[in-house]
Amino acid sequence: MSQHVISVKVENKSGVLARVAGLFSARGYNIDSLTVSTTELEDISIMTIVVKGDDRVLEQVKKQLNKLIDVIKVSDHIGATSIQRELALVKVSAVPSKRSEIFQLVEIFRAEIADISAKTMTLGVKGSPEKVDNFIELLRPYGIKELLRTGRISLSNQ
Amino acid sequence: MKISGAEIIIESLKQEKIECMFGYPGGVVIPIFHHLFDAPFKFILSRHEQGAVHAADGYARASGKVGVVLATSGPGATNLVTGIATAYMDSIPLVVFTGQVSREMIGNDAFQEVDITGITRPITKHNYLVQDIQDLARIIKEAFHIASTGRPGPVVIDVPVDISKSMYKFSYPDTVSIRGYKPVTSGHPIQIERACKLIESAERPVVYAGGGVVISNASDELREFIRKTGIPITTTLLGLGIYPETDPLSLEMLGMHGTYYANHAVNQSDLLIAIGARFDDRVTGKISEFIPEAKVIHIDIDPASVSKNVMVDVPIVGDCKQVLSEINKVIRPPKIDRWLETVAGLKRDNPLTYEMSERGDIKPQYVVEQIYKQTGGDAIICTEVGQNQMWAAQFYKYTRPRTFISSGGLGTMGYGLPAAIGAQLAVPGKRVFDIAGDGSIQMNIQELIVATQHRLPIIIAILNNGFLGMVRQWQQLFFDRRYSHTCLAFAPDFEKLAVAYGAVGITVKKLEEVIPAIDRALSITDRPIIIDFHVSKEENVYPMVPAGKSIKETIMRELA
Repeated sequence: MSQHVISVKVENKSGVLARVAGLFSARGYNIDSLTVSTTELEDISIMTIVVKGDDRVLEQVKKQLNKLIDVIKVSDHIGATSIQRELALVKVSAVPSKRSEIFQLVEIFRAEIADISAKTMTLGVKGSPEKVDNFIELLRPYGIKELLRTGRISLSNQ
Repeated sequence: MKISGAEIIIESLKQEKIECMFGYPGGVVIPIFHHLFDAPFKFILSRHEQGAVHAADGYARASGKVGVVLATSGPGATNLVTGIATAYMDSIPLVVFTGQVSREMIGNDAFQEVDITGITRPITKHNYLVQDIQDLARIIKEAFHIASTGRPGPVVIDVPVDISKSMYKFSYPDTVSIRGYKPVTSGHPIQIERACKLIESAERPVVYAGGGVVISNASDELREFIRKTGIPITTTLLGLGIYPETDPLSLEMLGMHGTYYANHAVNQSDLLIAIGARFDDRVTGKISEFIPEAKVIHIDIDPASVSKNVMVDVPIVGDCKQVLSEINKVIRPPKIDRWLETVAGLKRDNPLTYEMSERGDIKPQYVVEQIYKQTGGDAIICTEVGQNQMWAAQFYKYTRPRTFISSGGLGTMGYGLPAAIGAQLAVPGKRVFDIAGDGSIQMNIQELIVATQHRLPIIIAILNNGFLGMVRQWQQLFFDRRYSHTCLAFAPDFEKLAVAYGAVGITVKKLEEVIPAIDRALSITDRPIIIDFHVSKEENVYPMVPAGKSIKETIMRELA
């Protein structure tokens, strides 16, 4: 089981997401993350799907995706050949005595302080999925109250 | 000039030059039926929507044209599901219109509302919910294009009733342009060259051809290829007839109930040339022991079929007809005389056979053989699913494509009778049989009245053994003979049932009555005929490669 980042260029119309998602769910595959939005052309959307699965089965899924009438192009982005970004919002416990440590982390990761309250700070971080993972790991000891990730977007640099 | 959505549908179908449509009315499609009343094409009223969609499927298989269906929303639409899935599995082109509640009611659990585009998403090649009357004509044009090109399949168009009633100007597009749909039809020249080299140097090649050859009308090109190379050929169930089974190079059908010689030749081959076939599990059995020594060439229009179950050495994505004609231009025959002797020996020593009963019981295989003989092999044979289907495949020798019509992939009981209606409408000049079991014929028996109404002389040959025979066979062989709920001790009197439906009913209980009954049925040309053959109760289909096993474990005959 290896991780795949599948970028699917589709017609921007209703029902397309269900068709694409159906090919994964029919095989019992859980999608780890999914982002969909329009591109430089407003009638075209890109779906970036992160999924773990058997290579042969995913090869088959990609062929099936290509067969969908509303799918224009399918590509599998493997780490080195693409730029991948993700955004996370983390609400972390931040009693006043711990705030300066957290500020330092924010500084190092070029994160953003989105909100601050008496007991918590809400931080936004963007970057490669690895960077986001690291940031979250370093925040964990302070007590993460809530965590949201956007799922990644991936642009081939070929 | 503006016309209604309903009229746009009829006008579009006229542009597509359809000959007939199959369906059943209901609330939200009344506006369409209103204009169907004086449409220039035939409308065949089924007695259940499943019958309509199977009939359209049988029509499509027999004619090579697109089958067209119309049903209402809700239960009308869900009754189509089995038929749509049947067509999808066997790559049959259908355009299926369903009615839908009006747009402002969608999602409100309105009367007879279902999300049929959602339900049919995994069993259609594509589907549409019409959301704007401006799109209607284009969608119909696209649907016919998508259904009939590439690897064909069913397309559903869900039409809300307010779209059918609203007005718009009609203009039917001349061309289709879908950027995500451009099927490849010509094979890659380099791949074709590689394939030819492999073929010319092969020592033990076998051709394994399937329904794709029927769909692409490539039977002539296939025959030329075999003539030029002298390679023995086996076909799948859906490929029956693409190469004459009466020819010495034909190994007939392979797979679970295929011939011994087809399965063994494939197993011993050093090159398997797959043409329009998809390595179904009913063909391969235990996949790791299927072709231990063979390289594989796979010609198929669907890239997703290539290297799906079996890794392929030379894939050629393209239309079978085009690819075969390219190959035929350059191919030279391999030197395979010794191999041909081996194959001929396999064929001579292990014929497809059955034993006549000492008590004079009618063997189902005998009935099928007599149908073959009395029709001179010139009929169109539709089947139900189960033992009847396998005996029809084994003991009737098919020599032309589109003469064997059967639900292969989905295995849909109840398919045969409505499919026979569709086939008879497509090919009025031929005799059409439905070879049936006493179980499966009861699944869509209501369609018999449609055959009576249209004076279709379909001959329904029921191989009546009082059992759901194929399941009973598995219970006998693999489940300790516990015949749990497979005995159909209570059955209708099929002869009387035929009469009730305005058909002719014949009951056959004695061996010597078999041929006269078939002849009598063949002499009737203005109504359907049921012949109820009372056959041996516990006859099994052999050879049998048990599911998931290798051919080494083939069961050839009844174990004592």
